[in-house]
Amino acid sequence: MVAYALQQLINGVTLGMIYGLIAVGYTMVYGIIGMINFAHGDVFMIGAFLSLISLTLLGAFGLTFVPLALALTLVLAVALAALYGWTLERVAYRPLRGSFRLAPLISAIGMSIVLQQYIQIAQGAKNKPILPPLPGGLRLMESDGLVVQVTWTRLLIVVVTLAVLGAFTWLVSATPLGRAMRACEQDTKMAALLGINVDRTISFTFVIGAALAAVAGFMFLLNYGVIDFFIGFVAGVKAFTAAVLGGIGSLPGAVLGGLLIGLIETFWSAYFSVEYKDVAAFSILILVLIFMPTGLLGRKDVEKV
Amino acid sequence: MSGPLLKLSGVTAFYGAIQALKGVDLEVAPGEIVTLIGANGAGKSTLMMTICGSPHARHGQILYDGRDITALPTHEIMHMGLAQSPEGRRIFGRMTVHENLLMGAQVVAMRNYAATRDMVFTLFPRLKERLTQRGGTLSGGEQQMLAIGRALMSQPRLLLLDEPSLGLAPLVVRQIFGAIRQLNRDTGLTVLLVEQNAFQALRLAHRGYVLVNGAVTMAGSGAELLARPEIRAAYLEGGH
Repeated sequence: MVAYALQQLINGVTLGMIYGLIAVGYTMVYGIIGMINFAHGDVFMIGAFLSLISLTLLGAFGLTFVPLALALTLVLAVALAALYGWTLERVAYRPLRGSFRLAPLISAIGMSIVLQQYIQIAQGAKNKPILPPLPGGLRLMESDGLVVQVTWTRLLIVVVTLAVLGAFTWLVSATPLGRAMRACEQDTKMAALLGINVDRTISFTFVIGAALAAVAGFMFLLNYGVIDFFIGFVAGVKAFTAAVLGGIGSLPGAVLGGLLIGLIETFWSAYFSVEYKDVAAFSILILVLIFMPTGLLGRKDVEKV
Repeated sequence: MSGPLLKLSGVTAFYGAIQALKGVDLEVAPGEIVTLIGANGAGKSTLMMTICGSPHARHGQILYDGRDITALPTHEIMHMGLAQSPEGRRIFGRMTVHENLLMGAQVVAMRNYAATRDMVFTLFPRLKERLTQRGGTLSGGEQQMLAIGRALMSQPRLLLLDEPSLGLAPLVVRQIFGAIRQLNRDTGLTVLLVEQNAFQALRLAHRGYVLVNGAVTMAGSGAELLARPEIRAAYLEGGH
């Protein structure tokens, strides 16, 4: 039993890290412009597809050294997805800044549909599988005939997520760009009075959020080996749940919320029912919204104009 | 270097449908302390913000150092040597004092950072003691010092100071006014000062303007304005 639970813990943490990376993008954009970017999940999906295309192409060109192929793919997916994030803000949100509050939200839902349909048309509606590039794993223990193992893929996910979150934390807390982002989050008008280009800072926020989502998409592809144009919706709503659970606007909260949602979903699937795993996640969203609207690490005084 | 550092001619500004400024003419020469006095809602803070392009002036022209800045975006104006310590201080409450000062220095080269910061610490030693504390935990007076210190970090030629005395104890007000006078005398810093505390402001300033309902109704040297009976009646008597 211990072995089974341990395996679930490993699976849950992996899934939670993917959710956490996506959740950071939701919470960052909310913090700085006070809107929920409902197309963010689809940027994650785009990141997964970019990874798939890149891996396939590199394979076709005869690049067989897996670590290099993975590294190139990650860089490519992150760079192109960042471009998607930047374009999204320029095309769909910036023209609506200063409009009524629901306008960018509706625009975001529209962009979500656009991105899904675009991928469905361009890549087809069927599941896209890949051969696992990193087969095998690390056997931790064996009991009652059950092998507990961390696959190389999961190990990679944990290492990459920690590295990316580390770099991201450094960026936000210790660089001029990160300070500018935090300043805009606290008082946009004052940030401008100190010479901060607010529009550019908002663009950067979308670029960074999209880059993190692309990392998540890359790892989702490696972990599950199969994707389709609709994965962004489900993962997006769960990551949004994670951001709300952690306290929307709080960066550590987004990561914590992601881990919790990943763990809850995995253990629920393992011990109760796989069919209803989404119900577990969304019940949490409803409970949090009713009883703890500021989330675990959220601020009580959040009020956006 | 001849001519005013800041010159407003016929400036109007609106907040939505409300006209807050109705054709303001104003000049600040290099090295001057000029004060703008007037009742609550006269448009003093709007004028300060309009100079910085937030909101933009609808009519008229704003020249800074001979250059037309009327239509420039705020962040570009703030790169030209102006700094504002705004109404309500607007310090970043969830950043440390150190980070707030860094934000102020965003527009200038980092190599001058240490020297400028030391200058701010000389003026306001309290900020040095509070360096790692979050802005939101400071007292009102300390927050005001931080707001001014943050503005000074950009090594401005023109400092726009909006209500630095608001809600502060007389001792702190004296300290802050002393710092402004010292900066002006020692470094030639040009200051445009908005104050409700008209008596102290006029004593400190070389010249003053009186703003009533979005328009300048009187202008003159500090001493002149202090002596005018209508000023005494409207802004000084029963006041401070």
